[in-house]
Amino acid sequence: MAANGITLEQLYNGFRDPDTIKMLLAKIAQIAPQLPEPLRIMEVCGGHTHSIMKFGLHQLLPDNIDFVHGPGCPVCIMPKERIDQAIALAQQPDVILATLGDMIRVPGSDTSLAKLRAQGADIRALYDPLDALVLAQQNPDKTVVFFAIGFETTTPMSAVLVQQAEAMELDNLLLHVNHVLVPPAIDAVMAGGEATINAFIGPSHVSVITGAKIYQAAVDNYQTPLVVTGFEPVDILEGVLMLVQQAIAGEAKLEIQYRRSVSHDGNLKAQQLVADYFELADAFRWRGLGDIPASALRLKPQFNHRNAELKYAQILPTDPVDDHKACMCGEILKGIKTPQQCKVFGRGCTPQTPMGSCMVSSEGACHAHYKYAGVSL
Amino acid sequence: MCLSIPSQVTELHPNEDSVTVDTMGVKRKVSTHLIAEPLEIGDYVLLHVGFAMNKIDHKTAIENLALLKQMELANGC
Repeated sequence: MAANGITLEQLYNGFRDPDTIKMLLAKIAQIAPQLPEPLRIMEVCGGHTHSIMKFGLHQLLPDNIDFVHGPGCPVCIMPKERIDQAIALAQQPDVILATLGDMIRVPGSDTSLAKLRAQGADIRALYDPLDALVLAQQNPDKTVVFFAIGFETTTPMSAVLVQQAEAMELDNLLLHVNHVLVPPAIDAVMAGGEATINAFIGPSHVSVITGAKIYQAAVDNYQTPLVVTGFEPVDILEGVLMLVQQAIAGEAKLEIQYRRSVSHDGNLKAQQLVADYFELADAFRWRGLGDIPASALRLKPQFNHRNAELKYAQILPTDPVDDHKACMCGEILKGIKTPQQCKVFGRGCTPQTPMGSCMVSSEGACHAHYKYAGVSL
Repeated sequence: MCLSIPSQVTELHPNEDSVTVDTMGVKRKVSTHLIAEPLEIGDYVLLHVGFAMNKIDHKTAIENLALLKQMELANGC
């Protein structure tokens, strides 16, 4: 159906058009020599990392433009002790643990949800968080715990889940909340001044919810251009072109390339839902980056009856579990080291046996390099 | 995790807080709890974990693609 003058296929393929990609690459190559210094662009979001590596965009750009892969992969930044908590919950005989599919394979200290499920634990990989409502209705003698993960993109969906559970008076549905925020992660990367990043590609779908406004402070504080960009190759290259143009002009502005889906203010209804059910947590320990203050959300106190961390406090392990000493994820996330400079990359640390956060999911920097860039040992 | 592809609204279910969308040939019912303005058949939305996240501004998409085509012509690509 060609609605509104464009078909779904055109909307999808238009931003993957090879001729447009060639033209954008030619324009970037034409003006890149004018860059006052090499441009090191952090793409904060794992979705961008995946697209850049999948389409080989990093190999098509001039030598003085580099990508640094950021901490925006909610599976990768989940510390092992939180996964251990999910595992402890799933081991309770009266619990059905439900989560989005990405979390199932990620190893905790000793095992993963996938292995536990193979041993008989009732663990459900959901596509849609609202499916947890059906699970709770169908299993009134069990407690359904939704292990909620994700950046600002997925938090509104968890808010709707709480809203609906309250409306339906489903007492047997709890949440274990691991919703994290992008701006504090940017601060953590840039703090200390050792990061080598001088431009940012802002996340696509986080920004659909939050609006571009959440990045203004980072742009001002670090005097670094930031362009909110879509996930398709044409989007990413147009975003890079805008960053190069800013850098040549000596500007540090917040711009939106992904105008068809992102506004300055974002989805206000979704933001209100998040504000209704969640509040800022004091801190969250990020795998690869450590403790970051005010970087995550928790349920508001009036929803304590839905908080699995409170209800099951006695059985949840809380000791921090660090990655292997050889893992360089923290430095890789700051652009100080590349995956290939890590001693365990591709040797002990592979997607099948990840030793550190960046290797855990296909959106992690090391995993993407391993999968698409090859390993030269 | 945050990937999401454009989908088109094909059926409305106003009493269920949902619409049916077509995602490149695959049809499914998705939640409209996050959408403030009423959706119409033919609208484009971004779909993420079973929810419509926004209404895609198709006019902006057309303008963006047209501008890129103009740049191609100007560059002789």
